[in-house]
Amino acid sequence: MDTFSAILLSMLLPAAAVISNLIFRNNPNLRDGLTLGAAVATFLVVLNILNNVGNTTTDTFTLIEVMPGLGIAFHVEPLGLMFAILASGLWIVTHIYGIGYMRGNNEENHARFFACFSFAIFAVMGIAFAANMFTLFLFYEVLTLSTYPLVAHKGTLAAVKGARTYLGILIGTSIGLQLVAIIWTYAVAGTLDFTKGGVLEGMIAGPAVAILLALYAFGIGKAALMPFHRWLPAAMVAPTPVSALLHAVAVVKAGVFTMLKVGIYIFGIDFLATTGASIWLMWLAAFSIIASSVIALTKDNLKARLAYSTISQLSYITLGIALATSMGILGGSLHVVMHAMGKITLFMCAGSIYVATHKTDISQMTGLGRIMPITFGAFLIGALSIIGLPPLGGSWSKWLLIIGAADASQLVMVGILLISSLLNVAYLLPLVGKGFFLKGHDQTEQPNVAESPLLVWAPPAFTALGCIVLFFYAGHIQAFLMPIVAAP
Amino acid sequence: MATQTVHHAAMTLTEHLPILQVLIPFITAPLIVFVGRRELAWPLAFIASFTSFVIACLLLSKVIGGGVISYKIGGWAPPLGIEYRVDAANAFVLFLVTGISTLVLPYARESVSSEMPERTQTLFYALFLLCLTGLLGVTTTADAFNVFVFLEISSLSTYVLIAQGSYRDKRALTAAFNYLIMGTIGATFFVIGLGFLYMATGTLNMADLADRLSGQYDSRTVRAGFAFILVGMGLKVAIFPLHLWLPNAYTYAPSAVTTFLAATATKVAIYVLLRFIFSVFQPEFLLETSALEIIFYPFALLAMFAASFTAIFQRDLKRMLAYSSIAQIGYMLLGVALLSETGLMAAIIHLFNHGITKAALFMGVGAYVLRSGGSFYIHLQGLGKTMPWTSAATVIGGISLIGVPGTAGFLSKWLLVQAALEQGYWPLAILIVASSLLAVIYVWRLIEILYLSTPTSEKVVQEAPLSMLLPLWLMAIACIYFGFETDITMGAAKAAAQALLSGSSGMMN
Amino acid sequence: MNIFATEFILGHLNYWLFIILMMTGLYIVISKGNLVKKIVGLNIFQTSVFMFYISMGKVSGGTAPIFPLDGVYDPSIAYSNPLPHVLILTAIVVGIATTSLGLALIIRIREEYHSIEEEHITILEDTVFQTENLPLDGKGGSI
Repeated sequence: MDTFSAILLSMLLPAAAVISNLIFRNNPNLRDGLTLGAAVATFLVVLNILNNVGNTTTDTFTLIEVMPGLGIAFHVEPLGLMFAILASGLWIVTHIYGIGYMRGNNEENHARFFACFSFAIFAVMGIAFAANMFTLFLFYEVLTLSTYPLVAHKGTLAAVKGARTYLGILIGTSIGLQLVAIIWTYAVAGTLDFTKGGVLEGMIAGPAVAILLALYAFGIGKAALMPFHRWLPAAMVAPTPVSALLHAVAVVKAGVFTMLKVGIYIFGIDFLATTGASIWLMWLAAFSIIASSVIALTKDNLKARLAYSTISQLSYITLGIALATSMGILGGSLHVVMHAMGKITLFMCAGSIYVATHKTDISQMTGLGRIMPITFGAFLIGALSIIGLPPLGGSWSKWLLIIGAADASQLVMVGILLISSLLNVAYLLPLVGKGFFLKGHDQTEQPNVAESPLLVWAPPAFTALGCIVLFFYAGHIQAFLMPIVAAP
Repeated sequence: MATQTVHHAAMTLTEHLPILQVLIPFITAPLIVFVGRRELAWPLAFIASFTSFVIACLLLSKVIGGGVISYKIGGWAPPLGIEYRVDAANAFVLFLVTGISTLVLPYARESVSSEMPERTQTLFYALFLLCLTGLLGVTTTADAFNVFVFLEISSLSTYVLIAQGSYRDKRALTAAFNYLIMGTIGATFFVIGLGFLYMATGTLNMADLADRLSGQYDSRTVRAGFAFILVGMGLKVAIFPLHLWLPNAYTYAPSAVTTFLAATATKVAIYVLLRFIFSVFQPEFLLETSALEIIFYPFALLAMFAASFTAIFQRDLKRMLAYSSIAQIGYMLLGVALLSETGLMAAIIHLFNHGITKAALFMGVGAYVLRSGGSFYIHLQGLGKTMPWTSAATVIGGISLIGVPGTAGFLSKWLLVQAALEQGYWPLAILIVASSLLAVIYVWRLIEILYLSTPTSEKVVQEAPLSMLLPLWLMAIACIYFGFETDITMGAAKAAAQALLSGSSGMMN
Repeated sequence: MNIFATEFILGHLNYWLFIILMMTGLYIVISKGNLVKKIVGLNIFQTSVFMFYISMGKVSGGTAPIFPLDGVYDPSIAYSNPLPHVLILTAIVVGIATTSLGLALIIRIREEYHSIEEEHITILEDTVFQTENLPLDGKGGSI
């Protein structure tokens, strides 16, 4: 199978899953089985691409030429491939989890839910393999629109309001700022192709660089850079599988992935470093990291706390780009994987607790650890990975980011990364402590509380193991990503 | 001998294409009345419209490369005789107008028979064709006074068509009456303007006018003429402060009529405006009179924001879409005001893309009116479940209206922002995207009502009939298709922009 | 150019008349609430334009543009320009059509509203409009 057909196939399979979900909407087992098949097949196709291409950058395949020099085009490069593997692999896990969650929780409209879910994966694949900013933007918007029904899924007034915030901020920033940035780039550089070393060098100078970067940084609302972060907590009204895959992995990672792409292939690291246009972004990211960690501390709702934690962790990646050093970029890219694995574990655990006990607030979860040891064990591992303790994957990306900050002689940033780790400890570990060591106060009221169903507790346990495995394979991923920072 | 004759006849027919596509609906209209049978009215109208569409496609394929077809009526050479000229700009508009009319007619069948009594249905199709004739004539002719004549043919039939909505809501009558008053004032202003130009030049052929006007841009007569023409056509276009007739006319007209008018009538008027600004007058004239700063920019921006804001607060989908149309006209005007090839391309391509987008949306409205009895939001609650096909197509139209990437509406906004940035007007670029965010609000409101609210009445609502769904879906697919496949739209818009910008030299060759 | 000079005023007499008629017509259209009077105003307004065109075709000292019966054309005779007259024939036809359509609409309006006074009609329409546009109930519709 040649690479181009493989790319198309990796997008067609989720698209086919959308259709099969709509056709077989009244036959749950067949419907969910077919989607699972599509998820596994997508993952295999992406692995096949990895096998054929490795970490080289392939030629660009233009599907449709929309305007002169501007078309729907795809290629494979290490960063995108990594993102595709991550999303398609975790899709399998989340789908299994989603089946268990939706059935265990008696949610409605399963077919619409899974159809939109698959549609979102389709968009993510398009983002991962996009060869130019135009294609990426197209799929970026498809992702926004396809996840909107998922956020509004419950149809309650709260869900509708949350979905409104979600859509308002994401569409608002992308059309209001990002689109202007893209067209501006096109107007000055004449191209939007992702090119090593960037396309803007020599085309634009002075304060315009910083303004353009600002349009991108705020325009990519999915990266949840403050002050455009409100959509992420708002999206927590969605069912937990959505929060797990989309708002811990696919959507937010699509955001920072776009940031990485823009930083590496549109601006170019060297161009950013020499112009110093990203200094302000670095400070803003640092502020985002600390501020959202502090807000997370104040949240009692578990999912809201995790959402603010995500905002903070996303800013790590933005910080990596803003440092404009090779190590910073590498650390940021690696953090995409590490944080995804850790955060999806935490969200699935939150969902697992909800399925078993219908509890959403941390203060009510005392003593649950003894009843649900696997869920709370997985939560502990995920939390430690987010904090960045060995032997868990998250430690490597933080390590690289700190080196990156030191490389850029930004010692303040080193300090911020360390303080933030402490804050992570403060907002993540209390739940584990309460769960395992405090005695529950209302167990008498709910004597039938037990560990959640197999389909709900197994996926987080699996991804928790993944966090450990990633610790030992981080070197491979780093080596795999090396070409993106190598000199063009 | 026989084959030669056939060959000769065929050749003659091809030569006569520019007049034929105006004549066919023109002759079929009285024919429908004379035949007088209701069951024959629709097929005749459809055949006429479809034939015109085929001819428009043939014409477009001939001129899209940049050629010009000149046709002398009755063999009288211009400037004395009336000339029909087809170049990329008007061939593209012809393509839009005939294409929409050919799709609206199958759609109209069900909608008309539910919204009008039987006795007026035959006449309805005759009037529809007359309106089409007028629009096609305005677009094809190169004679300035002929523009007025065809404009009145289309306007008079439009007034009657709007008044047909009175069987559903009597306010259609006052809407039609008000439009009649304003439309007539507009048309008369246009004639006054032509009179001034005629006084200054002694000719009415557009090319000839352009030639003779080029030396006397500072003449007060010429300037007064331009002002009258601008205001007169501005009324037909519904440029912002002259838009007052539009919301009521669109709201109370029968659904099929609204669809047709929204997609074509204002678009043709914009074409005429473009023709006068760029071919009869030259862009330099605009710069010299600073019409851009005083009229185009402020009113275009006002339309984009004021009308969009008004649209947000409507509770009737049809009226909301009418206000959104006024806002979208602002975009086109802005493209014109930028006075560059990209800007003009943006205006022309938005003219087309907005035509198909609004056609899809108003077709959706018609289906809702047919099945749930009204177009108020309260009638639409929860229809996403009971009318899934209609709602899905309407939503596609809605996202094309916003300009989400992958839809036709995106391309025109892209070009418009690009045109603004090319000139260095970056605040303008921001304003353009900001106003499309207003579109997000009113479109999303519709989506929430369709999909996320529960119906208030217990009435069981059925899906719309196939004869309405098919045209609706064709339009919705067109909204997506023209978002990717741009050879036709971009090619034609580029050729059209170049044809218009080459001004009188383009007219004279 | 002194616009108060007698010469100027008299020399442009046809334009003065045209403007006075035009403004009279427009004023009636705008100020009168009676729909029939509006149509009358519209007619006066249109007629002013007819006069404008017809006077425009006049060539001083020119005679009626009729081709001599004997076919001998004398270049010393000046003819008025017939083209604007012909044009205005078309415009008159359009004007008649508009008037008749307007009157027909007024008849239908009277049938439905039992009035041809704009203020009565507006009151009737406003009451309907207000009842139609009551806010939706709290179920999702409100913004």
